[in-house]
Amino acid sequence: MWRRYLISAIVLWLAAVTPASAFIAYVSNEKSNTVSVIDTDKWVVTKTIKVGQRPRGIEFTRDGKFVLVAVGDDDKIEVIDAASQRVVDSLPSGPDPELFAQDAAGKFLYVANENDNTVSIVDLEKRVRVGDIQVGVEPEGMTLSPDGKILINTSETTNMAHFIDTATRQIVANVLVDARPRFAEFKHDSSELWVSSEIGGTVSIIDPVKRVITGKISFNIPGLRREAIQPVGIGITRDGKTGFIALGPANRVAVVDATSHAVTKYLLVGQRVWHMAFTPDEKYLLVTNGVSNDVSVIDVSAQKVIKTIQVGELPWGITFAQP
Amino acid sequence: MIRWLVAAIGLCVVATHALAADPIEIGIGYLGHAGVKSKLSLVEQPSANDGLAGARLAIEDNNTTGKFLNQRFTLEEIRLKEDDDVAKAAVALAGRNGFIIADLAADALLKAADALRDRGTVLLNAGSLDDRLREQDCRANVIHIAPTRSMLADALAQYLVWKQWKRWLLVAGSHEPDKLYAEALRRAATRFGAKIVQERTFDDTGGARRTDSGVTLIQRQMPVFTQQAPAYDVLVAADESEVFASYLPYRTWDPRPIAGSAGLVPLSWDGAHDQWGAIQMQNRFFKLNSRRMTALDMQAWTAARMIGEATSRTNSGDPKAVFDFLKRPDFSVAAFKGQRLTLRDWNFQLRQPILLVDGRMVVSVSPQEGFLHQVSELDTLGVDRPETKCKLR
Repeated sequence: MWRRYLISAIVLWLAAVTPASAFIAYVSNEKSNTVSVIDTDKWVVTKTIKVGQRPRGIEFTRDGKFVLVAVGDDDKIEVIDAASQRVVDSLPSGPDPELFAQDAAGKFLYVANENDNTVSIVDLEKRVRVGDIQVGVEPEGMTLSPDGKILINTSETTNMAHFIDTATRQIVANVLVDARPRFAEFKHDSSELWVSSEIGGTVSIIDPVKRVITGKISFNIPGLRREAIQPVGIGITRDGKTGFIALGPANRVAVVDATSHAVTKYLLVGQRVWHMAFTPDEKYLLVTNGVSNDVSVIDVSAQKVIKTIQVGELPWGITFAQP
Repeated sequence: MIRWLVAAIGLCVVATHALAADPIEIGIGYLGHAGVKSKLSLVEQPSANDGLAGARLAIEDNNTTGKFLNQRFTLEEIRLKEDDDVAKAAVALAGRNGFIIADLAADALLKAADALRDRGTVLLNAGSLDDRLREQDCRANVIHIAPTRSMLADALAQYLVWKQWKRWLLVAGSHEPDKLYAEALRRAATRFGAKIVQERTFDDTGGARRTDSGVTLIQRQMPVFTQQAPAYDVLVAADESEVFASYLPYRTWDPRPIAGSAGLVPLSWDGAHDQWGAIQMQNRFFKLNSRRMTALDMQAWTAARMIGEATSRTNSGDPKAVFDFLKRPDFSVAAFKGQRLTLRDWNFQLRQPILLVDGRMVVSVSPQEGFLHQVSELDTLGVDRPETKCKLR
């Protein structure tokens, strides 16, 4: 009898100390020209990597071996080796790269170049720029449809989501959205495309087949001016049921019922919250707070902020290695 | 049978027409004066295309968007010489353009507006700061992109009060615009709790702006001019005529900062502004014009962009439909100021944050934190609805 107790006690003890999920997050710090590495086991910064000037868009390569970070003021994308946590190489991009998207095979990288109204295509293996697509003024948001056939680019002054056929590299549709579209995200089942408009203050829900706006999410926070609500980053859970939207200087993340598109909750985070990433097990959502120089950790199922981690100056983007 | 055939032919005609449809053409006129007003500082000397260069960039931006919507924007420019009839020029431009961006003095602007009133052509005031154009002399066919003197003065006053520099020595020039700016500064001091401890007038006695031994003389004049002042925190200068203000920094009798027309200057835009995506705008402008972007450039850019924005939303080349859209309460435009810019519906003045700049850097942006308003904090800048004298007609 006591033996059984002992065993279960040991099991319990093991469960308590063994990390349930040790993931590694990489955060780009726009002002300090660094990337902070966060261990989600202890929720601490384990390393700060020096990178080029003005790091913003950041993402793991498909094989999980490298982290790509767009360093806009150096007009290139740097490659961080995840094993040695050092910059080991760089990729060509157009001038002032900001955000980028990768195809599923990890062969091509599509880069938004804010300064010359183009999306550049970079061959990741050969590390050369293989083409450019002319888009609207100030391209920013980039995402690929789950089947990889359509690339979405948002242009901030043209106020459009451009649908680009990845096979022909031609624009096949343009959807006008509210002012200054910053970020685009598909639901995993491809049923909806969400586009955030920072100055317009809304998130447009687009039918990716008909390519029309079918609904809009707007936000209303008592005591806050409408102008202070500026949606940027978007995260949608894999089951397509819950959306999270970072509201910039409103210092809040909106929780959205992704079926009815109603806002169900506002979570108070740090100042000027922009981008976000889920841990691979989707238990946590990490958001970057630019002005308070920290990252808030949101417990996804409890819909609560459980932790704040200090990083570098003006944290901008965030990415996780997929296990 | 015949009915079917006719219908089929009809459809074909519609289809080919749709394919070969000409783009919607939107003509925008630009009406300004020839020549530029000289500045005291050589590095601030305006370029001959000051303002126009901003409108040109907006036309490029509008056309980049327009190629996805089959819309094409053009810009036609008229520069008035001293004796030219502004009303005639405005009517000529209106014959070919649905909108006119104006960089005109207040009286000329009113002449143009009244000449165009019956045609329904809309003027976008990019150049004149006069409050009266938005108050007793407001017009229903004029949208004001330029901020008013009172908006600029309030923006400065909020910062000086936040800084606890509440005792002002006000020095105004002797020309009409200087007096108007001084009046706006007095109003701002009263509104935000600053105290003007003394006022002085700097008389313009004429003379050349630039001489080969200028510095020696100025270095003797300015300390003398500013001596024996009551205790003050900041010297606020109203000198739109560019006679003396730029000579004040580092030369006052007491060591004090300067604000207003020199030192810390309130402006709608500055070549040093790089927040909120503005760096992209600055880069685009520099690439096109090989110089930095001024406030007037930005005001003209915003004017042409507002037309572009309204045209893309209405998908119409009809100026009336576009004007109606601009007047809607939900209209807004993004202009790299960190928030949407909207129109005050009682006088069509564009609400906008104001930058406080020192010539090299952006020091702050007003409205300052803590200045609250029930509608929009941007309405803490300038004449607000309850005080307005404007009756749009």
